[in-house]
Amino acid sequence: MKPSRFQYVRPASIPEAVVALQRQNSKVLAGGQSLTPLLSMRLAAPEVLVDINGLSELAGIELRGSELWIGAIARHQEVLTHPLVGTHVPLIQQALTYVAHPVIRNRGTSVGSIAHADPAGELTAVAALLGARIHVVGPHGVRDILANDFFVGPLESSLTHGELVTGVSFPVLDSSWGSSCVEVARRHGDYALAGVCALVQIVEGRLTAASIAIFSVAGTPVVIDVLDVCTENEKLNLKVQSLIDPDTDIHATADYRRQLVKTLVAQALTEARSNAESRTS
Amino acid sequence: MTTKSFGEPILRKEDPRLVSGQGRYLDDLGHEALAAAFLRSPHASARILDIDVTDALDVPGLIGIYTYEDLEGRVAEPLPLLIPHPALLNGRTGYPLANEFVRHVGEAIVMVIAEDRYIAEDVVELIKVSYDVLQPVVGIQNAKAAHNAVHPSVPNNVSAHSVKEVGDARAMIKAAPHKLSLDLFIERSACSPLEGKGVYAIWEEDSQELRLWSSTQTSTGVRAAVAAKLDLPLQKVECIAPDVGGGFGVKIMHPWPEEVLIPWAARKLNRPVKWSEDRREHFISSAHERAQEHHIEVGFDEEGRILGLDVTFFHDNGAYTPYGIIIPLITSTQLLGPYKPASYRVEFTSLFTNTVLVIPYRGAGRPQGVFAMERTVDAIAKYLRLDRTVVRERNFIQPDEMPYDLGLIFQDGRPLEYDSGNFPASMAMLKEMVGWDNFETMRSEYAAQGRKIGIGVACYVEGTGVGPYEGGFVQVETSGRINVATGLTSQGQGHQTVFAQIVADELGVPIEDVFVTTGDTRRFPYAVGTFASRAAVMSGNAIALAARQVRDKALRLAGEALECDPHDLEIVDGIVRVKGDHTKSIALKTVAVLSNPLRYAFDESAKAATQFAVGDTSKPPVPEDQEPGLEGKDYYSPMASTFANGMHAVIIEILPDTAEVKILRYVVVHDCGRVINPMIVEGQIHGGVAQGVAGALFERMAYDESGQLQNASFMDFLMPYATEIPTVEAGHLETPSPLNPLGIKGAGEAGVIPGSAVFASAIEDAEGFEIRRMPISPSELWELRRTMKENA
Repeated sequence: MKPSRFQYVRPASIPEAVVALQRQNSKVLAGGQSLTPLLSMRLAAPEVLVDINGLSELAGIELRGSELWIGAIARHQEVLTHPLVGTHVPLIQQALTYVAHPVIRNRGTSVGSIAHADPAGELTAVAALLGARIHVVGPHGVRDILANDFFVGPLESSLTHGELVTGVSFPVLDSSWGSSCVEVARRHGDYALAGVCALVQIVEGRLTAASIAIFSVAGTPVVIDVLDVCTENEKLNLKVQSLIDPDTDIHATADYRRQLVKTLVAQALTEARSNAESRTS
Repeated sequence: MTTKSFGEPILRKEDPRLVSGQGRYLDDLGHEALAAAFLRSPHASARILDIDVTDALDVPGLIGIYTYEDLEGRVAEPLPLLIPHPALLNGRTGYPLANEFVRHVGEAIVMVIAEDRYIAEDVVELIKVSYDVLQPVVGIQNAKAAHNAVHPSVPNNVSAHSVKEVGDARAMIKAAPHKLSLDLFIERSACSPLEGKGVYAIWEEDSQELRLWSSTQTSTGVRAAVAAKLDLPLQKVECIAPDVGGGFGVKIMHPWPEEVLIPWAARKLNRPVKWSEDRREHFISSAHERAQEHHIEVGFDEEGRILGLDVTFFHDNGAYTPYGIIIPLITSTQLLGPYKPASYRVEFTSLFTNTVLVIPYRGAGRPQGVFAMERTVDAIAKYLRLDRTVVRERNFIQPDEMPYDLGLIFQDGRPLEYDSGNFPASMAMLKEMVGWDNFETMRSEYAAQGRKIGIGVACYVEGTGVGPYEGGFVQVETSGRINVATGLTSQGQGHQTVFAQIVADELGVPIEDVFVTTGDTRRFPYAVGTFASRAAVMSGNAIALAARQVRDKALRLAGEALECDPHDLEIVDGIVRVKGDHTKSIALKTVAVLSNPLRYAFDESAKAATQFAVGDTSKPPVPEDQEPGLEGKDYYSPMASTFANGMHAVIIEILPDTAEVKILRYVVVHDCGRVINPMIVEGQIHGGVAQGVAGALFERMAYDESGQLQNASFMDFLMPYATEIPTVEAGHLETPSPLNPLGIKGAGEAGVIPGSAVFASAIEDAEGFEIRRMPISPSELWELRRTMKENA
């Protein structure tokens, strides 16, 4: 369990990082919590590792207009405790409570876990549900990718060779919005057997928007608009079940995962509504 | 007065060092050593056709590549079968490196030595092995069916078969008013110590001596095995167990292939060589345990008394049997727990499979046996509509029946005879603590909120302090420092504390002055090892006996110095003094000076012992029947094992939609005789319960049909986190053992033993249907519910 030989580059600027990433078979090192085990098990063997931890312009969390920007090297722990996140996009913090353990959250980055495009990732689902914008810089300049276009398959994104994710912007949710994240995992902090993020809007007591993102049940998070069915549990479940395709593995059967989704969708929507009500009052 | 430390929750002496990063584990040693890495079989069963190293030879930093063909002398012979047994008709062991055939995924085929581990692993990647892949045998069903053979020379994959009978159980069952039969399964799990195995060896060419460090539970065993394999005089080999990050059984096996190969390479290359096992290697090339299938026939009367118990079980021993058949032997004997069926028959068959070999994992066959027995008792209670604890109580061996001979032979080859224990008192204490008699009220209260809860109970008896012996050495230095050594090893149990407590009390010295060394053959060469909950019983008593020798000698020498009868003396706080007249005294450290007549005064205190300072000139300086120095050595070798016991209860809630099991309360009543340090005993129980919860609800080895272990990482092998482990409420009962001077019994494995049994009992109680297979996941429980509903 020792990585293959690789070259380690620690660029002093974003342009330097982009140049380094042009090399064949390069990988970005941010928090390293997913990458390092892959290296040690030799499941990944990049020739160049570009460490972006020294790039201060990628640090921090800021309100930029109607969006909340999270930099590529902001740690989970910082995001989890940052007041701007709690005020403007509480769903991120609701989801992060399920992510791993303190020592991992101290190193791991929220943007890194989105860039990793893990179908079991809580933040992947959050980004997909909120329609986050992923900011990318590459040899041809900067571009933004919408989350729905970003997640292509399990551990697969629409990033092209040599591109670096610099940050992710989430739309700010005013107090008419409520959200929730619930999941079932075998151990606290593990990847979920199934999980659901829910987002609802209540205007003058009337539900005006309701959508969910289900994770760990397909190659990418499954985002579903449920406004039309969310008051009728049977219909809601039928719609949801028709759009997911869970697997059977050593931890759970596909049917059990479907059962979890049924339970978690109802629970997430209920919690999201009461979250909206508490944010309004 | 010296504070008595035996029985007190003394803080662990080893902890300041360990928790501040001062521990030195195997991988902390030998940073300059060459590193080894292994090419391991990717197939469960295959013939090796060719090993091509061409591409690997040019890697800078490569030192050597070794296959079976390169091994020399006894290193090329099969590894030893450590514990032969008459029932083990077809024992088989592997070679240090595979000789033509591989019999499980992970078996070592090639050893690479390089300047560092990175390079060694690079080289491993470049070696090409071609195989003729054979059909593997995976799981007990396949092994029984025997369409394929793990070892062509072993018919039906059967390594061992045994039948034991006490009375005519089959006739008794036939004649019994009521009968039940049950099929019960336990899956594979493993010890999973935080630190894997590891070996580091230095060959001293000038003196032709080998010094090796191993992350082992038996340094004396490794030493003897390596000396034999390398054809070295025992005197020329020393083995040290440094700080060891957990063992739980896997490190009592020896010699592991690497424990032979690394010293062999160090001598061959005349360079220090080190190997630290990584986590994947540990999963696929160390050891597993637990997989057994049991069929039970039981006959009983109206009261639930067991008249006949007939148990037939199959044990999956993996690819090889280097540790013999200890596990099924323990299951077959310890299954009976605190009960006395009127007759008992047990038959077991041990089977080869193309999976990692099986050796004892904390509990060692007892978790399976207790699961089988306790499910049976619960089934009887359900059948007769009796309280589960009542059926247990009616079958208990009573205190006035102790010592109780069960008519069987235990794993140490000696009669299975319980020395002491008070099972009714334990059960009464457990019921009181957990609120057994009020549980139905609690159940109704939860039910009113739409919540489903259940309660489970399970009992066990554990043979501890298995022989043959351990020794202890106690020495008083002239500085007042007390050195204690015993040969068995430590893996975190707290030996440096409990052995110091024993010596502090026996010798009358402050515990701060006592320093304990374990697992170093340079300090104490005769020992067996740390396993079977034996360290406190075996080394504890040996050290106590050695300390008593030192005390006797100190009193005699002090008596001479103070010109009084040794019987009038006592030792308090390191001072020998006359009882009742504290003005007449001499420090123990001064007695140590006097004990060693000197010619040369190397420091101030030594002056007192030089030839012109002391001595009765009418006698030789060291009397004929005496030795110099204030020290003693003694051994403890018991007639038989001593039997601890315990009872666990758990209250769980099962979530209606997701079938997740939440633990509301976990209660333990435990009797390990006299307790040396209650805090350490509780720590052992907590750790054991954690592994019990793990084995019941989380951990399993998921082999697929081709023999690939699908969850060989901590991501998918679900060792629970602290978040999954309940608070343990523990009650102690102390029934001293009459067998040893200190009256103690072992406590190391206790907590884990009833895990699967107690959770199965509770889940069955909550759900209302039978639980016959453990561990159980929420998904499996949910599927089981669905099946039960469909069948209803």
